[in-house]
Amino acid sequence: MSSVAGHPEEIDLIAALRRGDEAAFLTLVRSCQSSMSRVARLFVSSDAVAEEVVQETWLAVLQGIAAFEGRSSVRSWILSIVANRARSRGQREARSAPFSSFDDAEDEPAVDPARFLPSDHPRWPGHWAAPPERWADEKLLAKETLGLMRKAIETLPPAQRQVIVLRDIEGCSAEEVCATLGVSDGNQRVLLHRARSRVRAMLEPHLGGPV
Amino acid sequence: MSARVPDQPTCRQIVELVTDYLEGKLPLRERTLFEQHLVYCDWCRVYLEQMRQTIRAAGEVPEEALDPERREELLQVFRRWKAKK
Repeated sequence: MSSVAGHPEEIDLIAALRRGDEAAFLTLVRSCQSSMSRVARLFVSSDAVAEEVVQETWLAVLQGIAAFEGRSSVRSWILSIVANRARSRGQREARSAPFSSFDDAEDEPAVDPARFLPSDHPRWPGHWAAPPERWADEKLLAKETLGLMRKAIETLPPAQRQVIVLRDIEGCSAEEVCATLGVSDGNQRVLLHRARSRVRAMLEPHLGGPV
Repeated sequence: MSARVPDQPTCRQIVELVTDYLEGKLPLRERTLFEQHLVYCDWCRVYLEQMRQTIRAAGEVPEEALDPERREELLQVFRRWKAKK
């Protein structure tokens, strides 16, 4: 059995899993299952297929735990397994197009150009004509806003959705996302920028600002 | 985002640099120009804050509870694995 480096708070959990401790397994299920479904669903065409992939992943996790080296947290190790499995499953599905970094307009502005003064404006070229307004934190974290956020993310092109879900919802690092999706660091950042900018714009009418 | 940033970036250019800035990926010159712009531009400060708020809200999207049937299925997977181990 290999030893576990790093992430000291997880050493006990990993040891318990290796022993076959059911409570440890359920703890891990509770903390990862919902994220796993969300990640799997990014790559396959139905909830049912996503659930299958998640279930297969759990078996792979159990079979792999003895060799797990603890170079990342257990959670990001599990999410990378589910993402890789779901991605190859999605590629086999006729309906799901392979990952494409350029599945939308290449020069998509972060903010509607009409919100800015024209570039030949005598005094303030390219400055705000319809500036953003402050958002109240209470409203930002209200249930309604979070529901809206979820819907906004669903409308994004697949590559942008994959990046923003992994980064901002699941809390993966840029490196983890690049490895999982097989994109370069720069590409990952362009996708993240477009995704966050679009989501911000979709929240704006609800949270305050020019419609 | 890759276009060269002029010495006096406009608000329209600033909003395209926000993600690189937040990711700590702006080269020194661009980062300095970005921060200088923010010193005098309230609106771009509000915009940057909105982007931070958007990221924060994404982190709060609620998890779905695990349904008991699914939990039971996973326990079966676990017990079979343990038996074979």
